[in-house]
Amino acid sequence: MWLPRDSIPNKAKKTMLRRLLAIAFKEIRQLKRDRLTFGMIVGVPLLQILLFGYAIDLDVRNVNAAVADHANTSLSRQVVAAAEASQVVNVTRAASGPEELEQLLNEGRIEVGIYIPADFERRVIDGNRPVGQLLINGSDPTVEGIARRLAEMPLPGQSQPMPLFAARTYYNPENRSPVNIVPALIGVILHMTMVLFTAIAIVRERERGNLELLITTPVSPAELMLGKIIPYIIIGLIQVTLIVWVSQWLFDVPVRGQLLDLYLVSWFFIMASLALGLTVSTFAQTQFQAIQLTVFTFLPSILLSGFMFPFEGMPRLAQWLGELIPLTHFVRMSRGVLLRGADIVELHRDIWPLLIFFFVFLVIATLRFKKRLD
Amino acid sequence: MSEEDIAIKASGLTKQFGDLTAVDDVDLEIPEAKIYGFLGPNGSGKSTLIRMLCGLLTPSAGEVEVLGLRVPGQAEELKRSIGYMTQKFSLYEDLTVTENLRFLGTVYNIPRSEIKQRVNDALEEYWLTEQRSQFAGTLSGGQKQRLALAGATLHRPRLLILDEPTSAVDPQSRRDFWDILFSLAEQDTTVLVSSHYMDEAERCHNLAILDRGRLVAQGRPRDLVRDINAGVIEIMTSSPRAARDCLEGTDGIHSVAQLGTRLHAIVAKDIEDPAKLVREQLEEADVEGEVEKVTANLEDVFVVATRLNSEQSEEDHAA
Repeated sequence: MWLPRDSIPNKAKKTMLRRLLAIAFKEIRQLKRDRLTFGMIVGVPLLQILLFGYAIDLDVRNVNAAVADHANTSLSRQVVAAAEASQVVNVTRAASGPEELEQLLNEGRIEVGIYIPADFERRVIDGNRPVGQLLINGSDPTVEGIARRLAEMPLPGQSQPMPLFAARTYYNPENRSPVNIVPALIGVILHMTMVLFTAIAIVRERERGNLELLITTPVSPAELMLGKIIPYIIIGLIQVTLIVWVSQWLFDVPVRGQLLDLYLVSWFFIMASLALGLTVSTFAQTQFQAIQLTVFTFLPSILLSGFMFPFEGMPRLAQWLGELIPLTHFVRMSRGVLLRGADIVELHRDIWPLLIFFFVFLVIATLRFKKRLD
Repeated sequence: MSEEDIAIKASGLTKQFGDLTAVDDVDLEIPEAKIYGFLGPNGSGKSTLIRMLCGLLTPSAGEVEVLGLRVPGQAEELKRSIGYMTQKFSLYEDLTVTENLRFLGTVYNIPRSEIKQRVNDALEEYWLTEQRSQFAGTLSGGQKQRLALAGATLHRPRLLILDEPTSAVDPQSRRDFWDILFSLAEQDTTVLVSSHYMDEAERCHNLAILDRGRLVAQGRPRDLVRDINAGVIEIMTSSPRAARDCLEGTDGIHSVAQLGTRLHAIVAKDIEDPAKLVREQLEEADVEGEVEKVTANLEDVFVVATRLNSEQSEEDHAA
């Protein structure tokens, strides 16, 4: 199917390209007539972005906390005030010491206990020991994420930003959801379009009997697949544009990096998702099965990619699984480009996994597609 | 081009799907520029055989040569000279007649400058000019069939394959359709038709009867009818039910089929006077009727051929 370039004469290449384009144009023509699908291509991103932008706030704020301040200096009081000002915690009571904090935690009256030891000032000056202790209710993963933010909070009056906290305060100081969600949402919507629509497009051809005719023509499986995919790549890039434009306009989501980098990153993700969509199409007999299978691939992507839950907060095993999912890498890269202004060279560590994923699934899809004809 | 040019040559062609032998050791020689029919019931291996002949399926055993090309080795090359019309309408229902034809023209690599002319010619030839901007899904059964045929012949294939082409059309459309096939054969196209309709089989130049994967009879329809391996007796009677009942259990009478008020009884070849046997049986059962030995029709040929095949396979089984 994938012949080395030199073994194909120029003329044959031309006719292959011609057939491929014929299929692509036919697909676009059909797509234009299928109002429902066409509506979904524009409607789904719009709906999702409005939903996530206005309605869903994944940041948990005002978690109940107690403070045991044994230092009781102006600096220690400033620390507590800064923690409260971040709106992450809401200091509801004072405690006598770590033991009481632990008891309050056990009773479920607080989620976070802040203990500031008596030698607080000295620890600050030494700078190489933790200055205080946080007691955290680890049974709730979101609280853990919050506590991590607190732990990395810089001391008031000190200008040295600490690296991880800096990422949060610096780029999304108001903890607004859309800023964090939109870069990931691009990936979620692309995943849906690429996997679902391509799988359906190919299964439909089989379901309606068109495939039976096409395999008797000189069209090769590779030409057929590529030809059917090209329109969806264009659609994917249009969707990226749409999401970025709407989120900038409605939610002031910044684009700190180069738009070109965002398109390149999207391109790698689109390739990986398409390969997955093709594989799905070789398993599904009907369009309905294609939808079911897509949902099946969709869930782990949403749950394990860092879109819903902070990736760092997930258990080790889930993180390993997450690394296998294209969306994980796309979320990292698109956040990098949009929020941190990273360029594509800095993101190469997340591009390789997408390329590997693409090749592995393309091979699976091609092998299975050939088998289906016999 | 002489009469003896061979378009398709196959020997020992076999296809197995797991335990099932769909096509069993078939030898074929199909002449060029003729209409060649495959007649057989559903599941007799017609489609599997056809698919192997055009390289869509890889045979489990045997050799095929089509238009001088080895299959499946040169199947890709062969596809350019083949036109294939599927049993189910398989063009795009949400594209117009013209769009469908242009798409196929491009896929078969007809030069850009020629496509428009060829499509227009095809529209005219297949009486679809009026429907040219209509969506294929809204065409009638006969129109769809003509469109499918126009699509399959647009690139002027040397071999045209039709898988049960007229199962969904009315008699007039069927007749028109066959007129087109005959003119295609006159223009040196070899046509392969699979069917389970006797009237369709009758029109073919040559015919192969398939039953459970085996080629059980082969030849010109007229020869097959003449050389039938049994006697055919027609009975005109006012009580066909009773006549049937009394004949069906008789030794030497293979089968009885009713055609309106007539019955066709197929009698074993070794019975010297089959009409006499039938007459005696009817008299014994006190059924009135006119008995006459007649020429067989294709259905009779078919029944005899498949019956011999099942006896054969029972013997094989016993051995």
